[in-house]
Amino acid sequence: MRIVRSSTLMCILFVLSAVVMSQISPKPVKQRNKLAASIERGKKVYADQCLTCHQADGLGVQNMNPPLVKTKWVLGDKKQLIEIVLKGKKDGVEIDGDSYSNVMASHADLTDLQIADVLTYVRNSFGNKAKAITEAEVKTVRAKLK
Amino acid sequence: MNLQLGRLLGCVLLLSSVSFYACAGDTTSVNKHNSADDVVLKLPEGFTAKVFAEGLGHTRHIAVNTNGDVYVKLSNLKDGKGIYRLRDTNGDGIADNITGFGNIKGTGIAIKNGYLYFSSDEEVFRYKLDGNNNIINPDKPEKIVTGLLSRHEHEAKAIALDNSGNLYVNIGAYSNACQVSDRQKGSPGMKPCPILDSAAGIWKFSADKLNQTYGDGVRYATGLRNVVGLNWNTATNSLFVMQHGRDQLHDLFPNLYDAKQSAELPAECMYELHQGSNCGWPYIYYDEFQHKKILAPEYGGDGKITAGEDAQDPVYAFPGHLAPNGLLFYTGNQFPQKYKNGAFIAFHGSWNRAPEPQKGYLVAFLPFKDGKPSGDWEIFADNFSGSPELTASGRAKHRPCGLAQGPDGSIYVTDDSKGTVWKISYIAK
Repeated sequence: MRIVRSSTLMCILFVLSAVVMSQISPKPVKQRNKLAASIERGKKVYADQCLTCHQADGLGVQNMNPPLVKTKWVLGDKKQLIEIVLKGKKDGVEIDGDSYSNVMASHADLTDLQIADVLTYVRNSFGNKAKAITEAEVKTVRAKLK
Repeated sequence: MNLQLGRLLGCVLLLSSVSFYACAGDTTSVNKHNSADDVVLKLPEGFTAKVFAEGLGHTRHIAVNTNGDVYVKLSNLKDGKGIYRLRDTNGDGIADNITGFGNIKGTGIAIKNGYLYFSSDEEVFRYKLDGNNNIINPDKPEKIVTGLLSRHEHEAKAIALDNSGNLYVNIGAYSNACQVSDRQKGSPGMKPCPILDSAAGIWKFSADKLNQTYGDGVRYATGLRNVVGLNWNTATNSLFVMQHGRDQLHDLFPNLYDAKQSAELPAECMYELHQGSNCGWPYIYYDEFQHKKILAPEYGGDGKITAGEDAQDPVYAFPGHLAPNGLLFYTGNQFPQKYKNGAFIAFHGSWNRAPEPQKGYLVAFLPFKDGKPSGDWEIFADNFSGSPELTASGRAKHRPCGLAQGPDGSIYVTDDSKGTVWKISYIAK
Protein backbone atom coordinates (compact mmCIF):
# COMPACT_ATOMS: atom_id res chain seq x y z
CA MET A 1 0.00 0.00 0.00
CA ARG A 2 2.70 2.29 0.94
CA ILE A 3 4.56 1.34 -2.18
CA VAL A 4 1.49 1.90 -4.29
CA ARG A 5 0.87 5.19 -2.63
CA SER A 6 4.39 6.36 -3.08
CA SER A 7 4.42 5.26 -6.67
CA THR A 8 1.12 7.07 -7.22
CA LEU A 9 2.65 10.11 -5.61
CA MET A 10 5.69 9.75 -7.84
CA CYS A 11 3.40 9.50 -10.80
CA ILE A 12 1.50 12.59 -9.83
CA LEU A 13 4.71 14.45 -9.22
CA PHE A 14 6.07 13.33 -12.56
CA VAL A 15 2.93 14.35 -14.40
CA LEU A 16 2.83 17.64 -12.52
CA SER A 17 6.43 18.38 -13.26
CA ALA A 18 5.88 17.48 -16.89
CA VAL A 19 2.93 19.80 -16.99
CA VAL A 20 4.95 22.50 -15.34
CA MET A 21 7.83 21.94 -17.75
CA SER A 22 5.59 22.08 -20.80
CA GLN A 23 3.35 24.88 -19.62
CA ILE A 24 5.66 27.31 -17.88
CA SER A 25 9.31 26.67 -18.31
CA PRO A 26 9.66 26.26 -22.09
CA LYS A 27 7.53 29.31 -22.85
CA PRO A 28 9.73 31.88 -21.14
CA VAL A 29 12.76 30.31 -22.84
CA LYS A 30 11.00 30.64 -26.15
CA GLN A 31 9.96 34.20 -25.35
CA ARG A 32 13.41 35.06 -24.21
CA ASN A 33 14.85 33.71 -27.44
CA LYS A 34 12.28 35.65 -29.40
CA LEU A 35 13.11 38.85 -27.49
CA ALA A 36 16.85 38.27 -27.93
CA ALA A 37 16.39 37.69 -31.64
CA SER A 38 14.30 40.85 -32.01
CA ILE A 39 16.88 42.89 -30.08
CA GLU A 40 19.65 41.42 -32.21
CA ARG A 41 17.87 42.37 -35.44
CA GLY A 42 16.89 45.74 -33.97
CA LYS A 43 20.51 46.55 -33.18
CA LYS A 44 21.36 46.34 -36.88
CA VAL A 45 18.41 48.56 -37.81
CA TYR A 46 19.54 51.05 -35.14
CA ALA A 47 23.09 51.15 -36.48
CA ASP A 48 21.79 51.75 -39.98
CA GLN A 49 18.94 54.20 -39.31
CA CYS A 50 19.29 55.84 -35.90
CA LEU A 51 22.87 55.83 -34.66
CA THR A 52 24.13 58.94 -36.47
CA CYS A 53 21.68 61.18 -34.63
CA HIS A 54 20.94 59.33 -31.39
CA GLN A 55 24.56 58.09 -31.08
CA ALA A 56 25.96 54.65 -30.18
CA ASP A 57 25.12 55.12 -26.49
CA GLY A 58 21.58 56.34 -27.15
CA LEU A 59 22.28 59.59 -25.33
CA GLY A 60 21.62 61.81 -28.35
CA VAL A 61 23.18 65.22 -28.97
CA GLN A 62 22.83 68.31 -26.77
CA ASN A 63 20.14 70.72 -28.03
CA MET A 64 19.65 68.70 -31.21
CA ASN A 65 18.85 65.00 -31.04
CA PRO A 66 17.03 63.76 -27.93
CA PRO A 67 18.37 60.99 -25.69
CA LEU A 68 16.58 57.64 -25.84
CA VAL A 69 17.60 56.70 -22.33
CA LYS A 70 15.07 56.49 -19.52
CA THR A 71 12.57 58.87 -21.05
CA LYS A 72 8.80 58.52 -21.24
CA TRP A 73 9.01 58.99 -25.00
CA VAL A 74 10.74 55.61 -25.25
CA LEU A 75 9.47 53.74 -22.20
CA GLY A 76 5.91 55.08 -22.21
CA ASP A 77 3.03 54.74 -24.65
CA LYS A 78 3.95 52.25 -27.38
CA LYS A 79 1.53 53.76 -29.89
CA GLN A 80 3.07 57.22 -29.60
CA LEU A 81 6.56 55.79 -29.99
CA ILE A 82 5.60 53.78 -33.10
CA GLU A 83 3.93 56.89 -34.55
CA ILE A 84 7.11 58.94 -34.15
CA VAL A 85 9.08 56.39 -36.16
CA LEU A 86 6.40 56.22 -38.86
CA LYS A 87 5.71 59.95 -39.15
CA GLY A 88 8.98 61.49 -38.01
CA LYS A 89 9.03 64.53 -35.74
CA LYS A 90 9.35 68.14 -36.79
CA ASP A 91 8.40 70.13 -33.71
CA GLY A 92 11.18 69.12 -31.34
CA VAL A 93 10.84 67.77 -27.80
CA GLU A 94 11.68 68.92 -24.32
CA ILE A 95 13.18 66.45 -21.86
CA ASP A 96 14.15 67.38 -18.31
CA GLY A 97 14.15 71.07 -19.15
CA ASP A 98 16.40 70.71 -22.20
CA SER A 99 14.97 71.17 -25.67
CA TYR A 100 16.00 69.12 -28.69
CA SER A 101 15.13 70.74 -31.98
CA ASN A 102 16.53 68.68 -34.83
CA VAL A 103 14.13 67.25 -37.39
CA MET A 104 13.56 63.51 -37.42
CA ALA A 105 12.67 62.06 -40.82
CA SER A 106 9.82 59.59 -41.28
CA HIS A 107 10.95 55.99 -41.29
CA ALA A 108 7.76 54.61 -42.82
CA ASP A 109 9.90 52.88 -45.45
CA LEU A 110 11.01 50.35 -42.83
CA THR A 111 8.91 47.18 -42.53
CA ASP A 112 6.63 46.57 -39.55
CA LEU A 113 9.08 43.96 -38.32
CA GLN A 114 12.08 46.31 -38.63
CA ILE A 115 10.27 49.01 -36.65
CA ALA A 116 9.17 46.49 -34.00
CA ASP A 117 12.73 45.19 -33.75
CA VAL A 118 14.44 48.57 -33.52
CA LEU A 119 12.00 49.83 -30.89
CA THR A 120 12.35 46.60 -28.91
CA TYR A 121 16.12 47.08 -29.11
CA VAL A 122 15.91 50.70 -27.93
CA ARG A 123 13.49 49.80 -25.11
CA ASN A 124 15.93 47.13 -23.90
CA SER A 125 19.28 48.88 -24.36
CA PHE A 126 21.23 51.81 -22.86
CA GLY A 127 19.91 50.87 -19.42
CA ASN A 128 16.26 50.78 -20.59
CA LYS A 129 13.97 47.89 -19.68
CA ALA A 130 10.50 47.80 -21.19
CA LYS A 131 8.15 45.40 -22.97
CA ALA A 132 8.90 44.38 -26.54
CA ILE A 133 6.99 45.94 -29.41
CA THR A 134 5.48 43.47 -31.85
CA GLU A 135 5.13 43.50 -35.58
CA ALA A 136 1.34 43.34 -35.12
CA GLU A 137 1.38 46.46 -32.92
CA VAL A 138 3.29 48.39 -35.60
CA LYS A 139 0.89 47.11 -38.25
CA THR A 140 -2.11 48.36 -36.26
CA VAL A 141 -0.65 51.83 -35.75
CA ARG A 142 0.40 52.08 -39.40
CA ALA A 143 -3.09 51.09 -40.58
CA LYS A 144 -4.68 53.84 -38.49
CA LEU A 145 -2.29 56.47 -39.92
CA LYS A 146 -3.34 55.73 -43.49
CA MET B 1 71.20 57.05 11.68
CA ASN B 2 68.26 59.31 12.24
CA LEU B 3 70.08 62.06 10.46
CA GLN B 4 70.86 59.74 7.54
CA LEU B 5 67.25 58.66 7.31
CA GLY B 6 66.19 62.26 7.39
CA ARG B 7 68.60 63.11 4.58
CA LEU B 8 67.40 60.16 2.54
CA LEU B 9 63.77 61.18 3.03
CA GLY B 10 64.60 64.75 2.09
CA CYS B 11 66.33 63.51 -1.03
CA VAL B 12 63.34 61.38 -2.03
CA LEU B 13 60.98 64.29 -1.44
CA LEU B 14 63.16 66.64 -3.43
CA LEU B 15 63.44 64.16 -6.29
CA SER B 16 59.73 63.51 -6.39
CA SER B 17 58.92 67.18 -6.39
CA VAL B 18 61.47 67.79 -9.14
CA SER B 19 59.97 65.01 -11.23
CA PHE B 20 56.50 66.40 -10.56
CA TYR B 21 57.48 69.79 -11.90
CA ALA B 22 59.30 68.22 -14.81
CA CYS B 23 56.16 66.30 -15.69
CA ALA B 24 54.00 69.32 -15.27
CA GLY B 25 56.19 71.55 -17.41
CA ASP B 26 56.73 68.91 -20.01
CA THR B 27 53.48 69.06 -21.90
CA THR B 28 52.23 72.54 -22.36
CA SER B 29 51.66 75.22 -19.81
CA VAL B 30 49.99 74.22 -16.59
CA ASN B 31 46.95 76.16 -15.60
CA LYS B 32 46.32 77.45 -12.19
CA HIS B 33 43.40 75.29 -11.24
CA ASN B 34 40.73 77.13 -9.36
CA SER B 35 37.68 75.03 -10.13
CA ALA B 36 35.84 72.05 -8.70
CA ASP B 37 35.93 70.68 -12.23
CA ASP B 38 38.78 68.28 -13.03
CA VAL B 39 39.17 69.45 -16.61
CA VAL B 40 42.46 71.25 -17.26
CA LEU B 41 42.88 72.91 -20.64
CA LYS B 42 45.92 72.18 -22.77
CA LEU B 43 47.51 75.33 -24.14
CA PRO B 44 50.70 76.29 -25.99
CA GLU B 45 53.78 77.05 -23.93
CA GLY B 46 53.52 80.32 -22.06
CA PHE B 47 49.72 80.47 -21.91
CA THR B 48 47.58 79.96 -18.85
CA ALA B 49 43.84 79.46 -18.38
CA LYS B 50 41.75 80.37 -15.37
CA VAL B 51 38.17 79.40 -14.77
CA PHE B 52 36.71 82.91 -14.79
CA ALA B 53 33.22 81.66 -13.85
CA GLU B 54 31.36 78.36 -13.92
CA GLY B 55 28.00 76.71 -13.43
CA LEU B 56 26.22 79.32 -15.54
CA GLY B 57 24.26 76.84 -17.69
CA HIS B 58 24.10 77.14 -21.45
CA THR B 59 26.47 80.05 -21.99
CA ARG B 60 26.61 80.72 -25.74
CA HIS B 61 28.24 83.89 -27.05
CA ILE B 62 30.23 86.37 -25.01
CA ALA B 63 31.15 90.05 -25.17
CA VAL B 64 33.62 92.08 -23.13
CA ASN B 65 33.21 95.80 -22.43
CA THR B 66 36.10 98.28 -22.47
CA ASN B 67 36.15 98.26 -18.65
CA GLY B 68 36.58 94.47 -18.59
CA ASP B 69 32.97 93.55 -17.74
CA VAL B 70 32.11 90.24 -19.37
CA TYR B 71 28.59 89.49 -20.64
CA VAL B 72 27.41 85.98 -21.53
CA LYS B 73 24.21 85.08 -23.38
CA LEU B 74 22.34 81.96 -22.30
CA SER B 75 20.25 79.74 -24.57
CA ASN B 76 18.28 78.53 -21.54
CA LEU B 77 17.35 80.81 -18.67
CA LYS B 78 19.29 80.28 -15.46
CA ASP B 79 17.35 81.36 -12.40
CA GLY B 80 15.04 83.18 -14.80
CA LYS B 81 17.84 85.25 -16.36
CA GLY B 82 19.10 85.19 -19.94
CA ILE B 83 22.26 87.34 -19.64
CA TYR B 84 24.90 87.34 -16.91
CA ARG B 85 27.43 90.08 -16.25
CA LEU B 86 30.68 88.73 -14.85
CA ARG B 87 32.82 91.35 -13.16
CA ASP B 88 36.31 90.83 -11.75
CA THR B 89 36.58 93.62 -9.16
CA ASN B 90 39.94 92.66 -7.63
CA GLY B 91 41.74 91.84 -10.87
CA ASP B 92 42.70 88.27 -9.95
CA GLY B 93 41.32 86.88 -13.23
CA ILE B 94 38.24 85.37 -11.60
CA ALA B 95 34.77 86.93 -11.69
CA ASP B 96 33.69 87.87 -8.18
CA ASN B 97 30.58 89.91 -8.95
CA ILE B 98 28.00 88.02 -11.01
CA THR B 99 24.60 89.49 -11.89
CA GLY B 100 21.86 88.11 -14.12
CA PHE B 101 19.25 90.16 -15.97
CA GLY B 102 16.64 89.94 -18.70
CA ASN B 103 14.42 86.93 -19.30
CA ILE B 104 15.12 86.33 -22.98
CA LYS B 105 17.07 83.26 -24.06
CA GLY B 106 19.27 83.12 -27.14
CA THR B 107 22.80 83.00 -28.55
CA GLY B 108 24.08 86.33 -29.89
CA ILE B 109 25.67 89.12 -27.87
CA ALA B 110 27.92 92.05 -28.81
CA ILE B 111 28.91 95.49 -27.50
CA LYS B 112 29.09 98.51 -29.79
CA ASN B 113 29.01 102.28 -29.25
CA GLY B 114 27.71 102.13 -25.68
CA TYR B 115 25.06 99.49 -26.36
CA LEU B 116 24.85 95.84 -25.45
CA TYR B 117 23.17 93.97 -28.34
CA PHE B 118 21.77 90.47 -27.95
CA SER B 119 19.47 88.09 -29.80
CA SER B 120 16.76 85.55 -29.18
CA ASP B 121 15.99 83.00 -31.89
CA GLU B 122 13.57 85.47 -33.55
CA GLU B 123 14.66 88.97 -32.55
CA VAL B 124 17.57 91.28 -31.82
CA PHE B 125 17.55 93.68 -28.85
CA ARG B 126 19.87 96.17 -27.19
CA TYR B 127 20.45 97.82 -23.84
CA LYS B 128 22.02 101.22 -23.34
CA LEU B 129 25.04 101.20 -21.05
CA ASP B 130 25.38 104.24 -18.79
CA GLY B 131 28.53 106.19 -17.92
CA ASN B 132 29.39 103.67 -15.21
CA ASN B 133 28.98 100.78 -17.63
CA ASN B 134 25.74 99.61 -16.08
CA ILE B 135 22.65 98.51 -17.99
CA ILE B 136 19.87 101.08 -18.10
CA ASN B 137 16.43 99.50 -17.68
CA PRO B 138 17.38 95.81 -17.51
CA ASP B 139 13.72 94.82 -17.94
CA LYS B 140 13.15 96.99 -21.02
CA PRO B 141 15.56 96.30 -23.86
CA GLU B 142 14.98 98.10 -27.16
CA LYS B 143 13.84 95.84 -29.96
CA ILE B 144 16.01 96.35 -33.04
CA VAL B 145 14.86 93.50 -35.29
CA THR B 146 11.78 91.31 -35.02
CA GLY B 147 9.99 88.48 -36.86
CA LEU B 148 12.97 86.40 -38.01
CA LEU B 149 12.31 82.79 -38.98
CA SER B 150 13.01 80.11 -36.40
CA ARG B 151 11.82 76.64 -37.36
CA HIS B 152 13.38 74.05 -35.10
CA GLU B 153 16.67 73.83 -36.96
CA HIS B 154 19.63 76.22 -37.03
CA GLU B 155 17.52 78.70 -35.12
CA ALA B 156 20.29 80.59 -33.28
CA LYS B 157 20.60 84.19 -34.50
CA ALA B 158 24.28 84.95 -34.15
CA ILE B 159 25.09 88.65 -34.59
CA ALA B 160 28.01 90.93 -35.48
CA LEU B 161 28.37 94.70 -35.92
CA ASP B 162 30.64 96.69 -38.20
CA ASN B 163 32.04 100.16 -37.58
CA SER B 164 29.55 101.87 -39.88
CA GLY B 165 26.33 101.39 -37.93
CA ASN B 166 25.31 98.04 -39.40
CA LEU B 167 24.12 94.89 -37.70
CA TYR B 168 24.61 91.48 -39.34
CA VAL B 169 22.34 88.60 -38.35
CA ASN B 170 22.65 84.95 -39.29
CA ILE B 171 19.35 83.37 -40.30
CA GLY B 172 20.13 79.67 -40.57
CA ALA B 173 18.40 77.30 -42.98
CA TYR B 174 15.60 75.32 -41.38
CA SER B 175 16.86 72.34 -43.32
CA ASN B 176 19.91 70.14 -43.85
CA ALA B 177 20.06 70.13 -47.65
CA CYS B 178 16.80 71.73 -48.84
CA GLN B 179 15.14 68.41 -49.61
CA VAL B 180 11.36 68.35 -50.19
CA SER B 181 11.24 66.41 -46.93
CA ASP B 182 14.10 67.37 -44.63
CA ARG B 183 16.63 64.61 -43.87
CA GLN B 184 14.39 62.06 -45.62
CA LYS B 185 16.24 59.40 -47.57
CA GLY B 186 15.18 59.54 -51.22
CA SER B 187 13.63 63.00 -51.01
CA PRO B 188 14.99 65.24 -53.80
CA GLY B 189 16.47 68.71 -53.41
CA MET B 190 14.15 71.59 -54.25
CA LYS B 191 15.25 73.79 -57.13
CA PRO B 192 15.20 76.67 -56.69
CA CYS B 193 15.52 76.20 -52.96
CA PRO B 194 12.65 78.28 -51.46
CA ILE B 195 14.46 78.60 -48.12
CA LEU B 196 17.00 81.02 -49.61
CA ASP B 197 14.46 83.87 -49.76
CA SER B 198 14.15 84.21 -46.01
CA ALA B 199 16.94 82.13 -44.45
CA ALA B 200 20.27 80.39 -45.20
CA GLY B 201 22.15 83.65 -45.25
CA ILE B 202 23.29 86.77 -43.45
CA TRP B 203 20.91 89.72 -43.27
CA LYS B 204 22.06 93.29 -42.73
CA PHE B 205 20.06 95.77 -40.64
CA SER B 206 20.67 99.20 -39.19
CA ALA B 207 22.15 98.96 -35.70
CA ASP B 208 20.16 102.03 -34.61
CA LYS B 209 16.60 101.62 -35.95
CA LEU B 210 13.89 100.04 -33.82
CA ASN B 211 11.47 97.26 -34.83
CA GLN B 212 13.00 96.39 -38.19
CA THR B 213 11.72 93.34 -40.03
CA TYR B 214 12.83 91.47 -43.17
CA GLY B 215 11.65 94.35 -45.37
CA ASP B 216 13.91 96.85 -43.59
CA GLY B 217 17.01 94.72 -43.97
CA VAL B 218 18.89 93.38 -46.96
CA ARG B 219 20.05 89.88 -47.65
CA TYR B 220 23.78 90.53 -47.39
CA ALA B 221 24.97 87.02 -48.27
CA THR B 222 23.19 83.82 -49.29
CA GLY B 223 23.90 80.12 -49.71
CA LEU B 224 25.06 79.69 -46.12
CA ARG B 225 23.43 76.69 -44.45
CA ASN B 226 24.05 77.90 -40.92
CA VAL B 227 26.51 80.28 -39.28
CA VAL B 228 27.06 80.56 -35.56
CA GLY B 229 30.63 81.93 -35.48
CA LEU B 230 30.90 85.25 -37.29
CA ASN B 231 32.79 88.48 -36.69
CA TRP B 232 33.77 91.75 -38.25
CA ASN B 233 37.43 91.72 -39.19
CA THR B 234 38.76 95.25 -38.57
CA ALA B 235 41.98 94.52 -40.49
CA THR B 236 40.12 93.77 -43.73
CA ASN B 237 37.00 95.79 -42.84
CA SER B 238 34.83 92.85 -43.85
CA LEU B 239 32.58 90.20 -42.37
CA PHE B 240 33.95 86.69 -41.86
CA VAL B 241 31.73 83.72 -41.11
CA MET B 242 32.18 80.05 -40.30
CA GLN B 243 29.61 77.79 -41.96
CA HIS B 244 28.28 74.58 -40.43
CA GLY B 245 28.44 72.19 -43.38
CA ARG B 246 25.70 69.75 -44.25
CA ASP B 247 25.11 66.42 -42.48
CA GLN B 248 24.32 62.82 -43.30
CA LEU B 249 25.88 62.10 -46.69
CA HIS B 250 26.07 58.40 -45.85
CA ASP B 251 22.65 58.14 -44.15
CA LEU B 252 20.94 59.70 -47.15
CA PHE B 253 23.17 58.32 -49.91
CA PRO B 254 24.74 55.06 -48.69
CA ASN B 255 25.53 54.05 -52.26
CA LEU B 256 27.64 57.16 -52.85
CA TYR B 257 29.34 57.75 -49.50
CA ASP B 258 30.58 55.28 -46.90
CA ALA B 259 30.44 56.10 -43.19
CA LYS B 260 34.06 57.30 -43.14
CA GLN B 261 33.62 59.66 -46.09
CA SER B 262 30.46 60.95 -44.46
CA ALA B 263 32.39 61.65 -41.27
CA GLU B 264 35.02 63.67 -43.14
CA LEU B 265 32.85 65.52 -45.65
CA PRO B 266 32.08 68.25 -46.24
CA ALA B 267 34.54 70.81 -44.85
CA GLU B 268 33.56 73.40 -42.26
CA CYS B 269 34.31 76.55 -44.28
CA MET B 270 35.41 80.05 -43.45
CA TYR B 271 34.09 82.69 -45.88
CA GLU B 272 34.81 86.37 -46.28
CA LEU B 273 31.56 88.05 -47.25
CA HIS B 274 30.60 91.14 -49.19
CA GLN B 275 27.20 92.43 -50.31
CA GLY B 276 25.79 89.78 -52.66
CA SER B 277 28.08 86.93 -51.64
CA ASN B 278 26.80 83.46 -52.48
CA CYS B 279 28.40 80.46 -50.80
CA GLY B 280 26.46 77.82 -52.70
CA TRP B 281 24.25 75.94 -50.22
CA PRO B 282 22.24 73.79 -50.83
CA TYR B 283 23.40 73.04 -54.37
CA ILE B 284 27.04 72.40 -53.56
CA TYR B 285 29.34 71.50 -50.69
CA TYR B 286 33.09 72.00 -50.38
CA ASP B 287 35.34 68.93 -50.44
CA GLU B 288 38.64 69.82 -48.75
CA PHE B 289 40.40 66.73 -50.11
CA GLN B 290 39.57 67.40 -53.76
CA HIS B 291 39.70 71.18 -53.11
CA LYS B 292 36.52 71.53 -55.14
CA LYS B 293 32.91 72.59 -54.91
CA ILE B 294 30.95 69.39 -55.38
CA LEU B 295 27.36 69.09 -56.63
CA ALA B 296 25.15 67.98 -53.72
CA PRO B 297 23.76 64.46 -54.17
CA GLU B 298 20.21 65.80 -53.67
CA TYR B 299 20.79 67.71 -56.93
CA GLY B 300 22.26 64.83 -58.91
CA GLY B 301 25.81 64.83 -57.56
CA ASP B 302 27.86 61.67 -57.12
CA GLY B 303 30.69 62.96 -54.95
CA LYS B 304 32.80 63.91 -58.00
CA ILE B 305 30.76 66.18 -60.26
CA THR B 306 31.72 69.79 -59.60
CA ALA B 307 29.29 72.70 -59.65
CA GLY B 308 28.65 76.09 -58.10
CA GLU B 309 30.60 78.21 -60.60
CA ASP B 310 28.62 81.18 -59.30
CA ALA B 311 29.49 80.40 -55.67
CA GLN B 312 32.58 81.79 -54.01
CA ASP B 313 35.39 79.63 -52.66
CA PRO B 314 36.01 79.42 -48.94
CA VAL B 315 38.87 81.41 -47.44
CA TYR B 316 39.82 78.27 -45.54
CA ALA B 317 38.44 74.73 -45.11
CA PHE B 318 38.49 72.95 -41.74
CA PRO B 319 37.69 69.26 -41.08
CA GLY B 320 34.06 68.20 -41.36
CA HIS B 321 31.37 68.41 -38.68
CA LEU B 322 33.53 70.09 -36.01
CA ALA B 323 30.81 72.76 -35.61
CA PRO B 324 32.49 76.19 -35.51
CA ASN B 325 30.44 78.25 -33.05
CA GLY B 326 32.74 81.17 -32.22
CA LEU B 327 35.05 83.38 -34.31
CA LEU B 328 37.43 86.03 -33.03
CA PHE B 329 40.12 88.04 -34.81
CA TYR B 330 42.87 88.79 -32.33
CA THR B 331 43.77 92.48 -32.16
CA GLY B 332 45.40 92.52 -28.72
CA ASN B 333 49.02 93.09 -27.80
CA GLN B 334 49.32 90.52 -25.01
CA PHE B 335 49.80 87.37 -27.13
CA PRO B 336 52.97 86.75 -29.18
CA GLN B 337 53.21 88.45 -32.58
CA LYS B 338 52.10 85.41 -34.59
CA TYR B 339 48.60 85.72 -33.15
CA LYS B 340 48.09 89.32 -34.25
CA ASN B 341 45.11 89.64 -36.62
CA GLY B 342 44.81 85.84 -36.74
CA ALA B 343 41.55 83.98 -36.21
CA PHE B 344 40.54 81.96 -33.18
CA ILE B 345 37.69 79.54 -33.82
CA ALA B 346 35.72 77.75 -31.10
CA PHE B 347 34.78 74.31 -32.38
CA HIS B 348 31.76 73.05 -30.47
CA GLY B 349 32.57 69.45 -31.46
CA SER B 350 31.00 66.95 -33.80
CA TRP B 351 28.06 64.55 -33.65
CA ASN B 352 27.63 63.76 -37.31
CA ARG B 353 30.87 61.77 -37.53
CA ALA B 354 29.24 58.75 -35.82
CA PRO B 355 29.91 55.80 -36.02
CA GLU B 356 33.45 57.16 -36.59
CA PRO B 357 35.06 58.75 -33.49
CA GLN B 358 33.85 62.29 -32.77
CA LYS B 359 36.25 65.26 -33.01
CA GLY B 360 36.50 68.89 -32.03
CA TYR B 361 35.74 70.40 -28.61
CA LEU B 362 38.70 72.75 -29.04
CA VAL B 363 39.72 76.29 -29.88
CA ALA B 364 41.67 76.49 -33.12
CA PHE B 365 44.01 79.21 -34.35
CA LEU B 366 44.47 80.22 -37.99
CA PRO B 367 47.28 82.71 -38.69
CA PHE B 368 46.52 85.66 -41.00
CA LYS B 369 48.74 87.99 -42.99
CA ASP B 370 47.48 90.85 -45.17
CA GLY B 371 43.90 89.77 -44.56
CA LYS B 372 44.37 86.18 -45.71
CA PRO B 373 45.28 82.90 -43.95
CA SER B 374 49.08 82.66 -43.92
CA GLY B 375 49.54 79.07 -42.76
CA ASP B 376 47.80 75.94 -41.55
CA TRP B 377 45.38 75.89 -38.65
CA GLU B 378 46.52 74.55 -35.31
CA ILE B 379 44.92 73.55 -32.05
CA PHE B 380 45.23 76.43 -29.59
CA ALA B 381 43.21 75.23 -26.59
CA ASP B 382 42.30 71.58 -26.17
CA ASN B 383 40.89 69.05 -23.69
CA PHE B 384 37.57 70.82 -23.13
CA SER B 385 36.07 67.32 -23.37
CA GLY B 386 38.14 66.06 -20.43
CA SER B 387 39.91 63.19 -22.22
CA PRO B 388 40.56 61.68 -25.67
CA GLU B 389 37.96 58.99 -24.86
CA LEU B 390 35.30 61.57 -24.04
CA THR B 391 36.13 63.35 -27.31
CA ALA B 392 35.76 60.11 -29.31
CA SER B 393 32.44 59.20 -27.69
CA GLY B 394 31.10 62.75 -28.04
CA ARG B 395 30.37 62.89 -24.30
CA ALA B 396 32.53 65.98 -23.83
CA LYS B 397 32.36 67.59 -20.40
CA HIS B 398 32.61 71.05 -21.94
CA ARG B 399 31.83 72.32 -25.43
CA PRO B 400 33.46 75.59 -26.56
CA CYS B 401 31.01 78.05 -28.05
CA GLY B 402 31.75 81.76 -27.67
CA LEU B 403 34.98 83.78 -27.93
CA ALA B 404 35.80 87.34 -26.94
CA GLN B 405 38.87 89.45 -26.31
CA GLY B 406 39.32 91.47 -23.13
CA PRO B 407 40.85 94.96 -22.91
CA ASP B 408 44.10 93.46 -21.52
CA GLY B 409 44.45 91.19 -24.59
CA SER B 410 43.39 87.98 -22.81
CA ILE B 411 40.70 85.94 -24.51
CA TYR B 412 37.59 84.38 -23.01
CA VAL B 413 35.99 81.08 -24.04
CA THR B 414 32.49 79.95 -23.06
CA ASP B 415 31.21 76.40 -22.74
CA ASP B 416 27.51 75.84 -23.38
CA SER B 417 27.36 72.44 -21.69
CA LYS B 418 28.11 73.39 -18.12
CA GLY B 419 28.46 77.13 -18.31
CA THR B 420 32.18 77.45 -17.65
CA VAL B 421 33.96 80.60 -18.83
CA TRP B 422 37.75 80.50 -19.15
CA LYS B 423 40.11 83.44 -19.33
CA ILE B 424 43.23 82.58 -21.32
CA SER B 425 46.31 84.78 -20.93
CA TYR B 426 49.91 84.78 -22.07
CA ILE B 427 52.30 84.92 -19.14
CA ALA B 428 55.73 83.91 -20.44
CA LYS B 429 57.85 86.81 -21.64
